[in-house]
This record gives sequence, structure tokens and C-alpha cells, in this order.
Amino acid sequence: MEKEIAGKKINVNEEGYLLDFNQWDQSIGEAIAKENNVDMTPRHWEVVKYLQGEHKNNVPLSIRKIGKSNVIDIKEFYALFPQGPLKISTKIAGIPKPASCL
Amino acid sequence: MLIILSKATLENVYAAFVLANGARMEGIEAEIFFTFFGLEAIHKKKLEHLHVATVGNPAMHMPTMLGGLPGMEALATTMMKKEMEKIDMPDIHEFLDIMVASGVKLWACRLAMDMFHYKKEDMYEGLSEVITVGDFYKQGSVLGTHMLFI
Repeated sequence: MEKEIAGKKINVNEEGYLLDFNQWDQSIGEAIAKENNVDMTPRHWEVVKYLQGEHKNNVPLSIRKIGKSNVIDIKEFYALFPQGPLKISTKIAGIPKPASCL
Repeated sequence: MLIILSKATLENVYAAFVLANGARMEGIEAEIFFTFFGLEAIHKKKLEHLHVATVGNPAMHMPTMLGGLPGMEALATTMMKKEMEKIDMPDIHEFLDIMVASGVKLWACRLAMDMFHYKKEDMYEGLSEVITVGDFYKQGSVLGTHMLFI
């Protein structure tokens, strides 16, 4: 379905995840973050950029892998995105919601 | 999500851990109350040696008599751990670390601790506290709380 985010028409699924990463830019990420009550800081962006890189390299994302990434530890990841770290950060990053239970 | 873990077979412990961790990943609070044999999952000396139950477990698809043979539990456990590695499942100790970092609260049942003569020092260092059933119920008195018994 189409949704207006940051003044642009964006294709998203029923949960609000972008269907095409090419439609993503920082203003889109910012708008999705606001919608999910996240105030983006440079640290948030650092993590989001890291996730986008992992997704580009087809690395499946999980809490465990992110904890071992040397980019961020699990505690801080939860502190940045308390409503569900992987769920929210991937939505902001414009990449699919990880299918993993871990 | 309040989870009561009363058994320490590998399959039950992992079920409880995955459910608690999964709740946190969705932004839902999660706490585990370890009681009776469930305490072994947070006992420093025992948590590395948990086994799969091969007897009394119909899903193992082996005759109960066979399941009771020496070494069967160890064999089934080794096989299961190998499969878990393949799907990137952490071992028990690492899983406890992940849960603590994720904000899962871990409680030990006072009565069961007394019964097994365990002390708080014997237990995994991320354990929040040794508490009574009443204390645990108080945590869950908020509207909308779910409780699971495993």
C-alpha cells in the first residue's frame, strides 16, 4: 500500500515497513522515527546506517549478532529503541522486519 | 509477560528463554520466575549441563526403554545443541546474558532455593533476587499481564 511519509508517497507493507529501500532517505527515517516515538540522535543514525549496511550484504539480523557487532551492545540497543529494538530500528532504516525470533 | 519455569530440560528452558526474549524484542516487559528444577537453569554449576528429556517425551520418537539407556540423553542433547548452533541459538549462559542486557528480570523461588539448599552465590550473577510467590504475583498485578507456566 501507499503511504505519505515526509511529504512523499512511499510503498509500505501493512506494518509500515518500506517495500523498496530506494525510496528511503533520511527525512523518511526521521518521520518514521517520530511516528514511533523515537528522537533520533547521531548515535541512533549510526546504528541505523549499520543495519542498512548489514541488510545490503544480506546478513540476517538478530539481537545476538548485533550484540556481537562491536557497533552497539544489547543494553544500549534497547535503550535507544525501547519499544522493540530490532522491530523499530529496521522500520526507521527502511529495511524489512527481521523474521528471526532471537 | 510473566513466565514460570519449573523444569530444567533443555527444551523447556529454551522455550522459556525464547518467549521472554521475544517479548522484549516486541517492547513487552518480561520476567522469569525459576522454581523447583527450573532453578538448575540459573545454577552456575548446572546450567552448562542441561539435557534433553529422552524418557517420557513422545516427540523423541523412540521407545521409552531405549531413551533410558545410558548415554541416550547425552547423545540427544549433543544432537540438539548442534542443530541449535546452526540456527544461531546462543548457549544457556550467553542467553542469560542476552536476557539481562535486554531487561528481562530473573527471579528465583525462595522456597525451592531452601529445599535444594542453594544460596544466591551459587546462582547466575544476573539473577535479580530470591523472592516468594507472593512477591512474584505482586509484579503481575498490573492489568493486562500474561502468565505462562512451563
